Amino acid sequence: MTDADTGMLVVFGDPVSAELARTLDLSGYAWRGAATWDVAVAEQPATGWSGAIIDLSSDADAAWAFLRSLRKGDADPVRTLVLVPGGHLDALELRDDLFDDFCLTPFHPSELTARLRHLLIASAVVASRTDLVIYGDLALNLETYQASISDRPLDLTYMEYELLKFLAQSPGKVFTREMLLSRVWGYEYYGGARTVDVHVRRLRAKLGEEHADLIQTVRSVGYRFGQSRWGV
Amino acid sequence: MRDQQCDYVLKTATERGVRMVRLWFTDVLGNLKSFAISQNELENALSDGMTFDGSSIDGFSRVQESDVLAIPDPDTFQILPWGDKSSTEARVFCDIHHLDGSPFDGDPRQVLRRQVQSLRTDGLSFYIAPDIEFFYFAPPKPGERPEPLDFGGYFDLTTRDATGDLRKQTIRTLEQLGIPVEYSFHEDSPSQQEIDLRHDDALIMADAVMTFRLVVREVAAQHGVYATFMPKPLEGVQGSGMHTHMSLFRGDENAFHDPDDPYNLSPLAKSFMAGLLRHAAEITAITNPTVNSYKRLVPGFEAPVHVSWARNNRSGLIRVPIPKRGNPNATRLEYRSPDPSCNPYLTFAMILAAGMRGVREGYELPGEADANLFELDDRELNRLGIGQLPQSLSDSLRVMEESELAREALGEHIFEWFLRNKRREWREYKTHVSQFEIDRYLGSL
Repeated sequence: MTDADTGMLVVFGDPVSAELARTLDLSGYAWRGAATWDVAVAEQPATGWSGAIIDLSSDADAAWAFLRSLRKGDADPVRTLVLVPGGHLDALELRDDLFDDFCLTPFHPSELTARLRHLLIASAVVASRTDLVIYGDLALNLETYQASISDRPLDLTYMEYELLKFLAQSPGKVFTREMLLSRVWGYEYYGGARTVDVHVRRLRAKLGEEHADLIQTVRSVGYRFGQSRWGV
Repeated sequence: MRDQQCDYVLKTATERGVRMVRLWFTDVLGNLKSFAISQNELENALSDGMTFDGSSIDGFSRVQESDVLAIPDPDTFQILPWGDKSSTEARVFCDIHHLDGSPFDGDPRQVLRRQVQSLRTDGLSFYIAPDIEFFYFAPPKPGERPEPLDFGGYFDLTTRDATGDLRKQTIRTLEQLGIPVEYSFHEDSPSQQEIDLRHDDALIMADAVMTFRLVVREVAAQHGVYATFMPKPLEGVQGSGMHTHMSLFRGDENAFHDPDDPYNLSPLAKSFMAGLLRHAAEITAITNPTVNSYKRLVPGFEAPVHVSWARNNRSGLIRVPIPKRGNPNATRLEYRSPDPSCNPYLTFAMILAAGMRGVREGYELPGEADANLFELDDRELNRLGIGQLPQSLSDSLRVMEESELAREALGEHIFEWFLRNKRREWREYKTHVSQFEIDRYLGSL
């Protein structure tokens, strides 16, 4: 894995444990340690942090404060993984909104890298600018409402655009049709969940054969936006 | 919602450098009509509509006022994937209104809109998937018979299928326009094609059929051939139909489906089918609107002749296809008489009106006719209570004229105009002396 794939991770820990540093280096992740939020802000790369690892084992209060700052005011929050000591799982209670995944310490390196890989695939939407959603060959400019795939403009109707935007902002996540209907169309829409199906079909047609499975059907559940079979 | 849609359309037009926007609408005969405005006018058009003189549009003429208003439907705004790359064009379908803003009664799109909206009081949506057949021919020579491009047959995939590339490009263009295709293949007759569209909401599907016919012709023209939706262009081989698959949905539940019924049909589906059967003759002038349409509706060419239904009998008017893997969403009816020369708005509206009449009045469904009806004589058909579809345009106009259902669903204006226009077509045909008569009578009489 290269830097270009995963961007730059920020790791909270003072200092970052040798075990963690070694695991990240060996798996080829680019990362920077930050002892405080101010450091994290100052060191942030132009494209933003691609993910964050927060170690709760030294100063848990400072770690939670760091996580809260990460979550604050950002439309596209950085995906986070917390490292929590085996005996302190209860520390996570009621804080589910502050992190995306966790791993018990002492961690097993292959478990940690597997979790990281999963976390970062789910955030392959790189918000390099807040008004740009990029996933593989797909790009959506939220400012101009324009979408393109492999640099070919996609001519979408308004509702097709809204649906694609909603899905592309949460890759890997499964949405039921009812959820999509209420989030994209609004509850008052008449057509019912069948509307979602026909819009997905039209979107797939416009995405073209090789990208159609960017929107996957999750049988008897709904839809998921994710890796196309041609790779991202 | 409309505000956001208009915003989106305006931004897209600017971003994509759209030079011209074509305002599309459909006349009563089912011809696509269009006038173009520049991008600067688009905002104005979206908010207030564009006035135009409708008096020379077929079926639009009125005695008092000739000006009408085209109001774009922003959800149908679409960049056109052909033409000059340096001057991008877009299209948008319009609803036609009077200058005071009330819906114009000569607008077929509003006829369908009305039917679909009245369905909402029952909490239902109408979904449609048409199978559209058509022919490709070499450029016509005056006075000569149309010349097919190949002599391939049903499902043929050989070099004899010279039209495969045309079909491929057509499908690609359709998909760019957001019209998903389910199947496509070489049909039974020389140079005949079939493209099956995936189901969609009835109004969107009627728009899609209009777009479809244009795309097919456009791609053909780019290749120096022409495409026709004439129902029966060649004698002695199958004609072109537009078998129409349909279902009613309540939310995401197929209201036609009942897992406990031997046919998997709900009581609603059965009374809908009963309505469609009982009123079939009354709506035939709409589903089969030309003199030529009735040369397709004859025995021996897989076109329906009798008013009957069955699961797997292609001689009937309505077929109940057996869904793949028992998928409840795929339970549907296939109405087999329409042909692709029809006005899709009026056709879908009349099918819906006839079906819903059966539902609202609780019609009883007659028994399944699984015999080959072409082998039965009139007495047996009578005994089974199986009637025939009208045999000619004249016959179907006569039935339609008496139909309170057609008058109500189409509205007085279109009903009267259609009958007048089509009777004139029939009169002109009646005075024509055909080759058939010359060959048969000239020497012998």
